[in-house]
Amino acid sequence: MSKANSPKKGDLASSLDLTRLKPYGDTMNDGKVQLSFTLPVPDSEVAVEAAKQLAMKMGLVEPMVTHHAPLGKSFSFFIVYGSLSHDIDYTQLHVDSVDVDVMTMEETDLFIQQNFGRKIRVIGASTGTDAHTVGIDAILNMKGYGGHYGLERYKMIEALNLGSQVNNEDFIRKAVDFNADVLLVSQTVTQKNIHIQNLTELIELLEAEHLRKRFLLIIGGPRINHELAKELGCDAGFGPGKYADDVASFICEELAARKQQN
Amino acid sequence: MATLRLDWEKVNQARESAKQIAEDTNAYTQQFTTTTVERSICRLLGIDGVDAMGVPLPNVVVEQLISHQMLGHGAAYWLGQAAISLGKEPQELAEAIAKGELDLTQTDPVDPFEIRLWAEKKAEEAVSKIHINRLIRERKLREYGDHSGPLLYVIVATGNIYEDIVQAKAAATQGADIIAVIRTTGQSLLDYVPYGATTEGFGGTMATQENFRLMREALDEVGEELGRYIRLCNYCSGLCMPEIAVMGALERLDVMLNDALYGILFRDINMQRTLIDQSFSRLINAAAGIIINTGEDNYLTTSDAYEEAHTVLASQFINEQFALLAGLPEEQMGLGHAFEMNPELKNVFLYEFAQAQMARQIFPNAPLKYMPPTKFKTGDIFKGYVQDALFNMVTVISHQRIHLLGMLTEAIHTPFMSDRALAIDNARYVATSMADFGNDIEFREGGIMEQRANEVLDLSLDLLQSIRKDGLFRTLEEGRFAGVKRPFEGGKGLSGVITKEDQYLNPFIPLLMEESRVGSERHRFNKLQSEQGEKYE
Repeated sequence: MSKANSPKKGDLASSLDLTRLKPYGDTMNDGKVQLSFTLPVPDSEVAVEAAKQLAMKMGLVEPMVTHHAPLGKSFSFFIVYGSLSHDIDYTQLHVDSVDVDVMTMEETDLFIQQNFGRKIRVIGASTGTDAHTVGIDAILNMKGYGGHYGLERYKMIEALNLGSQVNNEDFIRKAVDFNADVLLVSQTVTQKNIHIQNLTELIELLEAEHLRKRFLLIIGGPRINHELAKELGCDAGFGPGKYADDVASFICEELAARKQQN
Repeated sequence: MATLRLDWEKVNQARESAKQIAEDTNAYTQQFTTTTVERSICRLLGIDGVDAMGVPLPNVVVEQLISHQMLGHGAAYWLGQAAISLGKEPQELAEAIAKGELDLTQTDPVDPFEIRLWAEKKAEEAVSKIHINRLIRERKLREYGDHSGPLLYVIVATGNIYEDIVQAKAAATQGADIIAVIRTTGQSLLDYVPYGATTEGFGGTMATQENFRLMREALDEVGEELGRYIRLCNYCSGLCMPEIAVMGALERLDVMLNDALYGILFRDINMQRTLIDQSFSRLINAAAGIIINTGEDNYLTTSDAYEEAHTVLASQFINEQFALLAGLPEEQMGLGHAFEMNPELKNVFLYEFAQAQMARQIFPNAPLKYMPPTKFKTGDIFKGYVQDALFNMVTVISHQRIHLLGMLTEAIHTPFMSDRALAIDNARYVATSMADFGNDIEFREGGIMEQRANEVLDLSLDLLQSIRKDGLFRTLEEGRFAGVKRPFEGGKGLSGVITKEDQYLNPFIPLLMEESRVGSERHRFNKLQSEQGEKYE
């Protein structure tokens, strides 16, 4: 685009149009993005050209390979900048997410006291072969994560953390023994969709034992979102950036709504 | 090197308490053997392969003895009796058992003295294989030279050993010194070791002897091209801890994750089982010249790293003493710790630095294993890269030896090839630019770092003294480590703990002890020689 043709301030091309949303570098609608990737060919001029052409196929206009380096003998690494030609109609988007007003720990305790008059019982585990406890600990442990206290610290929540590698049968049995209101399942390992298999198995087991409706079933993990949770038949899903207070607020709202229905 | 002024009287007291703890625990565990200890003896005696159902032959042998309640004599005892009376090798015996043709406990009785002689001879053959591997490693390190400063440690975890090899070779070419093949999730709870080359795994690759062999071969190959010795690391933990140690010793692994308490706390393996298993596995690792990596970093990923820093130091003391009891010398003790404090904490760099520096001074000869930030990695790769840079600085300044590289994509996926390359670039940049920084500074007397280190030391001394008073088992039952409570008779694998009979036979213990002692002497001699060599040059 030559200088003479460049749009003036206020022109369509340089003002925000939510029906044609694009990435922003330093100018409205410049579409600038950065990406990096590896190609399984030796670093060479041909490889750089291949990287450029791939970027163009992704819809990048005027891609620039700003860095390339060999990774061993037969691989090469690229950092590419370019302008995205695609846009999105932002006004037509709908995302299914957990939509609750997040309460503080004190508000939650008060809410439970007033609405249920007893402690809510929450049992959690990282189930299946998953050995990672970081997710379930972030939500349950007293200390919590990122300045958000975990459910163990809530006065009106009785929380039981079973840790990692709990198989689904044991998890259900312990949930029944504990007389849980809520099941929390954390899934960190998602390679080859093992988390989907494992969660599907949990839900099938719950349904087979006619226990599915007895519990609020909430899942979480780095690759989990609410939409996926609903698809699998869970009540809610929490991904990165969600803390114990998000989970507690959802539990309160949902259990209160169910109580009203009954 | 700059040093923090630590209260050495307290360091000595802490070490003394840990020694007592380890000795008291060992006195108890010495009364027992376990199924996996006996399976590892089978492996050392040359038993390998699987039966028609895919069950590993060491399991077949040990299960037969268990079913007759005869394992308390030790697998070596029964194999010896059968070998002498039938004139067969252990492998032939195992194959006959698998076919249902042999009951080990029904062979003709043989004079126990004869059995002992047979077992000792077989054990010598096995230990000589381990010895040869050790000499090969030493020769290669002499030939290529071993660099000082941090050894760059990266992981591969594709699930497919052949894909792992591609990734590992690329990482070595890029500058990695140690390649760790992460195990598939859940393998630690298998009560057998899978067999053969494997191409399927979740979050990692099966630890099998064939996979070990394939990766060793590949790393030797790329090492020869690069003129460097590339070390191989795997996981000697879980229900098959000593068997993995045997496989590692036979296939010349160089580094093994091997913690005394990790399985108890984080995999809910029975405490008696783990403590018995760790003892024999450390004997093997010691003899094989393998550096063990302990898992203190895990306390910090589950608890608050600032508040629980003293449990790391306490565990390092305990791991050190358990290792010494198993004949494992200091130069093979990769005591673990990690850079896992909340990055938003004011002066957190000073606290991390103080902890690392303190560990360096308290365990001066140990190749400390330093783990990168993981817990506060968010998927913001740009921040992650800076977190790793700060971690790299502490590693270099405080002279950590085994430098696990942080990945900017931690919390997103198992590393891409490029993630690893970026991590190595980051580490090398810091290592070069700050090479002598640690030797050029002094710590302010009574400053934030000195105070912090002494506080941590105080707290860990308190903890060790309370463990010494109550015993390690009760401490674990009460959840004083990592906030995890484990019952004495709870957890997985207790049924595999067997009381030793009077006739119990394990011919390996004295031979392995001797092998580590001689190996360690050779190590010190070589080190002295190379230091003197440098002086004269």
